[in-house]
Amino acid sequence: METYKLIVNGQAKEVTVDPGTPLLWALREDLKMTGTKYGCGISACGACTVHLGGIATRSCVVPVSLVGDRPIVTIEGIGQDPVGRVVQNAWVSQDVVQCGYCQSGQIMSAVALLKRTPKPTDTNIEESMGGNICRCGTYVRIREAIKSAAQQLT
Amino acid sequence: MVHRSTAMLRRFFILILVGCAAWSAAGPRALGQDTATKEVPVQGGREAGLAAWERVYSVLTHPRCINCHTATNYPQQGDDRHRHLFNVVRGPEDKGVPALNCATCHQGANADSTGVPGAHNWHLAPLSMKWQSRDDRILSSAQVCQSLTNRTKNHNLDGAGILKHHEEEPLVLWAFQPGRHRDGSARSLPPLTHGEFVAATRVWVEAGTPCPQNP
Repeated sequence: METYKLIVNGQAKEVTVDPGTPLLWALREDLKMTGTKYGCGISACGACTVHLGGIATRSCVVPVSLVGDRPIVTIEGIGQDPVGRVVQNAWVSQDVVQCGYCQSGQIMSAVALLKRTPKPTDTNIEESMGGNICRCGTYVRIREAIKSAAQQLT
Repeated sequence: MVHRSTAMLRRFFILILVGCAAWSAAGPRALGQDTATKEVPVQGGREAGLAAWERVYSVLTHPRCINCHTATNYPQQGDDRHRHLFNVVRGPEDKGVPALNCATCHQGANADSTGVPGAHNWHLAPLSMKWQSRDDRILSSAQVCQSLTNRTKNHNLDGAGILKHHEEEPLVLWAFQPGRHRDGSARSLPPLTHGEFVAATRVWVEAGTPCPQNP
């Protein structure tokens, strides 16, 4: 076990875990931040997406030992970000969520997309969101929410 | 007197012999030791160079290398070189697309606890450095050689630059220490060690980077 300092949503945190522990479990189990979800554990579904150093990252496959000093933003903190706030509002206004389990990952990916591509095409959305799986099939509403957020941001 | 002259003569010949041996062992100046040295083909070294190239080619076409030298819009994975899972695409900078970058999973080092390989600046080779056809067939030795030595395609690397790339590039080094799968089993390694790969590259470069005849 080793102790790691993590910067989560702008706050300094400490976790004492095995170096190979995925960041997801440090967030959920040690820091009790359960907004980030466990889906597949092999980076295949996107439910565990957080921002690590500004990059949408699958926290289920990143060992805590490789995080370093890069800041982490989770679904709990994304509303403090101007783009994140607009995306969350779009999610509500478009009534995207069905069961909701994948949605924190969907929102984190959508924010990462819009930060780099403010006016995404359908292809941009399909490629960037292609790694986020929704078993309820809310893809059409996700796309509309992203477009709606993009309109508000430009 | 005659005896002393004979001894001096013997010492003279020994000095000449030692000098010749030293010059012979040095051979053509080793690349990287003299920045002014350019690719000067070794006389009679083409055959040795071509043989060395085939060893280099055996590494370049191993899945640890060629999986990211695709001709397609996606990288490959595994020893069977299947399409990368999770809908990963190449993207405009060969690093994926926003929200699904290479760095979305691949970190600066192997993550053996989760089975995800990693190295600094994980990315696909540019399409100009594809070593496969669009139907995923590996290009011939001659084709890969011509591509690798074409400075309009290879970021303008000369032989010394290619050698340096093989010696130092983190993603090249990764191929020889590719980490473990999620189940703990080791990823397969290229057919040469990194030292052997660099040595073969050096012989090939010092021979003037000869390429096999088509095809």
